[in-house]
Amino acid sequence: MHLTLHVWRQQGPGLPGSFVRYAITDVSPDMSFLEMLDVLNQQLLARQDEPIAFDHDCREGICGACGMVINGRPHGPQRATTTCQLHMRSFADGAELWIEPWRARAFPVIKDLVVDRGAFDRIVQAGGFITVRAGSAPEANAVLVPKRNADLAMDAAACIGCGACVAACPNASAMLFAAAKVSHLGLLPQGQPERDTRVVGMVTQMDAEGFGACSNHGECMAACPKEISIDFIAQLNRDYLTAVASSKPQAARANGGDA
Amino acid sequence: MELRSKIPSGPLEQKWERHRSEIKLVNPANKMKYHIIVVGSGLAGGSAAASLAELGYTVSCFCFQDSARRAHSIAAQGGINAAKNYQNDGDSAFRLFYDTVKGGDFRAREANVYRLAELSARIIDQCAAQGVPFAREYGGLLANRSFGGVQVSRTFYARGQTGQQLLLGAYQALARQIAVGQVRMYPRTEMLDLVVIDGRARGIVVRDLVSGAVSGHAADAVVLATGGYANVYYLSTNAKGCNVTAIWRAYRRGAALANPCFTQIHPTCIPVTGPHQAKLTLMSESLRNDGRIWVPKRTGDTRPPGAIPEAERDYYLERLYPSYGNLAPRDIASRRAKDVCDEGRGVGPGGGGHGVYLDLRDAIARLGREVIVERYGNLFEMYQRITGEDPFQVPMRIYPAPHYTMGGLWVDYNLMTTLDGLYAIGEANFSDHGANRLGASALMQGLADGYFILPYTIGDYLAQAKRDTVGPDHPTFRQVQGEVNERVRRLLAGSGRKTADVFHRELGRLMWDQCGMSRNAAGLNDAIAKIAGLREEFARDVYVGGKGEDFNQALEHAGRVADFFEFAELMCRDALHREESCGCHFREESQTPEGEAKRDDARYSYVAAWEFTGVGNAPTLHQEPLAFEAVHLAQRSYT
Repeated sequence: MHLTLHVWRQQGPGLPGSFVRYAITDVSPDMSFLEMLDVLNQQLLARQDEPIAFDHDCREGICGACGMVINGRPHGPQRATTTCQLHMRSFADGAELWIEPWRARAFPVIKDLVVDRGAFDRIVQAGGFITVRAGSAPEANAVLVPKRNADLAMDAAACIGCGACVAACPNASAMLFAAAKVSHLGLLPQGQPERDTRVVGMVTQMDAEGFGACSNHGECMAACPKEISIDFIAQLNRDYLTAVASSKPQAARANGGDA
Repeated sequence: MELRSKIPSGPLEQKWERHRSEIKLVNPANKMKYHIIVVGSGLAGGSAAASLAELGYTVSCFCFQDSARRAHSIAAQGGINAAKNYQNDGDSAFRLFYDTVKGGDFRAREANVYRLAELSARIIDQCAAQGVPFAREYGGLLANRSFGGVQVSRTFYARGQTGQQLLLGAYQALARQIAVGQVRMYPRTEMLDLVVIDGRARGIVVRDLVSGAVSGHAADAVVLATGGYANVYYLSTNAKGCNVTAIWRAYRRGAALANPCFTQIHPTCIPVTGPHQAKLTLMSESLRNDGRIWVPKRTGDTRPPGAIPEAERDYYLERLYPSYGNLAPRDIASRRAKDVCDEGRGVGPGGGGHGVYLDLRDAIARLGREVIVERYGNLFEMYQRITGEDPFQVPMRIYPAPHYTMGGLWVDYNLMTTLDGLYAIGEANFSDHGANRLGASALMQGLADGYFILPYTIGDYLAQAKRDTVGPDHPTFRQVQGEVNERVRRLLAGSGRKTADVFHRELGRLMWDQCGMSRNAAGLNDAIAKIAGLREEFARDVYVGGKGEDFNQALEHAGRVADFFEFAELMCRDALHREESCGCHFREESQTPEGEAKRDDARYSYVAAWEFTGVGNAPTLHQEPLAFEAVHLAQRSYT
C-alpha cells in the first residue's frame, strides 16, 4: 500500500502548528497504525528530520496512552478500536489521511500528536475512588454484589482514560469519562458511603479543568474504544441531582478523602 | 558484598507473623518527616506509594508514562491467584505455596513464597473493598477459574482485564493520597540514575521527559518498582516503554542483580506477521482452559485447519502431558510449541511457520457461543482486530513470546537490595517465582509487596537509620547529575547512520536466537562476543537527533537501548554459568531423555547474584544457597 499523510506538527505548547504532508510507500496491511508511523519515523530519522511525537505504550489497546484523530475521527474509522489496534487493512491503498492530536482546551498540546491529559488524573483525585486503607478491608465474600451490578460496573470500569470521548465531543466534554467512574463505583455496595461527595467532587473538578458541558450528542460513545454507554451519563446526572438536592454541608468539597 | 537473606527463624507458617511483630516501628508522629521515593506506578509501585502515604510517610512517585494509570500491569489479562478455597476444592496457603515453588522449579526462597501465599487472601479483600469489579456468581459471591499449572480454581478475575482493574484500584488509592498532598506525583519523568551516599541509597536523578530537564531528588529510602526487562528481546509482550534502566543503574551503583537469565516465554501470543512488527500481543492463557492446542501430524501440511481431519491432528500437549494437558506450565507449553515448529509442523501463512493452533471449536460446541463470548469475548475481538481472522470460524494461531522476567534485583526477606535503603518490589526484584512464574501470580506478588510487605519492612529500616538531611544540592547529587547529562550529551553527539531502533532489533534478534527458549554454551559465548561488538558499534554509530532539552522520544529510547546492551551481556553470562536446565532456563546440555528440563540440585540450588565490578570487567558471582525444608525437591512432572 502507499498512503499520503497530513500530520499535525507542533514544536511545543502554545506554539503555532500546521499539517505537514508525507508520502509513505510499502505499507503492509498487517501493520498497525502505529507501526506505520514507526516506519515513517525511521525514514524521517534516516534523513535527519525530526520524528513525529506520539504517545503510545502497551500497543494492545488497554493502557490508554495512544490516541489521535484520523480523518476527523478519534482513533480512526474502526469501531471499538484504539489507534494501536487499528490495522492498515482498514484503509484503501492510496488513501489520504489527516492525522491530528486530541483538540480540547483541557488537553493542551505538548508536541505534535502528544497532549497533556493531566486533567483526567485530577478529576479522579477529586473523588474517583473508594476510601479503604490497606489492611482495613473486610473478608471479600462478606459483601455480596449482585452479578448484574458487578457486570454493569465492569462495563463502566472498562474505561481506559484515553480521552477519545473528549476529542469526539463538539463541546469537549469529559462527561463520559467522569460518568464511567461515578457509575462503576456507584453500582457497588462498597461505593455507597462516598457516592454523593464523589459525584459532586468529580463534576466540580471537570468544570474547573475547562471541559465543556454535555449536550447529548452521543459522539463520545461512538468514539469510545471500549464502547462505554452514555447510559452512564444519565446515571451521573441522577447521582449529581440527588447529591445536590440532599446536599450536606461537606458534600461540595472538591476532595473527598482524609489523610 | 555479602548476601544476607534475613529469613526469620521459626516454622515456615509463623515466620512472617513473628517477623511483623518484632520489626521496629516508626513513631506515627515522625512518619511524615521521612521522605520515600517510589519509582514506577504499576501494581507494586502504585500500591506501595498509596499504602506508605496512608501510613503517613511523605512520598514522591515517579513514572515515565503520562499518567500513573498506564503502567504495564494494566495489560495483565487473566487473573490473580489467592488461596481462599472458595471453591471447596482443597486449596490452602500451603498448596499455593507448594504450587509456586514447584512451578518455579525449586529456584525460589521458601520463606518468601510462603508469605506470598499467606497474604494472597488479603489482597482479594483489599481489592474487592476498593471496588474492583471481580467476576461474580449469581448469588453475589466471587467467581474463580483455574489457570495454567495448577489443579484448583483459585484465580480471581475481572473479565479479561484483571490487571487493568487491579491497577485502577491502586491508582485510585494513589489518587486519593495525591489529593490530600501525601504523595507528590511526577508523571512523564524517567529515573536515569541512583544516588548512593555513604553506602545508602539517598535519591535518584531523573529526566523530565517534556522539558528534558535533569534534576536530583533526595529521600530517606528509594523503592524501585520499575517492572521487567523482557524488551531486551525487542519483540515481547511488554509495553514499548518497559526497560531495564532503573535496575541496571542500581546494579551499577552496587545493588546485586539476581538470576537475570530467568525470562519467561509465554506460550499464547499472536505470531509475528512481518519485519515491521513493533511488539507482540498476548492472548490470555485462560484460553487454554477451553482451548486445545494442536498442529498437523505431517510436516509441510499446508491445508487450512478445517480441512485437516481429527486423525491427522496432533494435540501434542494432551499427548505428552495427559494429566495437565493444555494447562501445562508456561515454560513447558512454550518449549513444546517451539519443538513442533522446529520439526516443520508449524502453522500460519504458507505452512511450516512459527505458530500452532489454539482451537476452541470443541468448547464452542459444548458450551455454546454465548458462554464463550462471556468468557473470552474481548480476547476474540482483540485477536480478530490484529489478525483479521474470526476465531469462531478458524482456530487462533499462537506462538511463544517473551513476557515476564523472574530475574531482577536481589532482595532480602524485607525486600531490600544489597544497598541500604534501596528496595525493589514487583517484577523488578528477583522475586518469588524462581525459574518460572505460574499464571496469575505476578499480580499477586506485585500487590503483596506493595500493600502488605514493604509498608512494614521499610519502617524497620527507617527506624534504625540515622536521620540527617541530604538534599539534591549535595556534591554526590551534583556529580551523578553531571554523569547523566554527559550520557545524554554523548547519545546526541553520535553522528552515525543507524537509529537506536535498528540496534535494538539486532540485539533482540540475537538474544531471542541465542538466549531465548533454548540455550547452549556455544551460542551464549558467541552472543557475548557479538553483544560487545554491537555495543561498541552503537556507541560509535547511533543516530538520535534532536535536543536534550526537549520532548525527544528518540533520545528516551536510545538511553534505554544503551542500558539493554550492557544488561544483555550479564544475562548471557548468567545463562552460561548455570549449566543446568530449570524452569524457563533450558540448557540443551542438560535434559532428560524425554526432552524435559533437567535440574542439577547438587550444583545449582542457589540464587545467582551478580555484583558490578566496573565497565569491561567480569561481574562477581555471589551465591545464596536455597534450603528446602517444607517441600521435597523433585524433578517436576506434569505428565
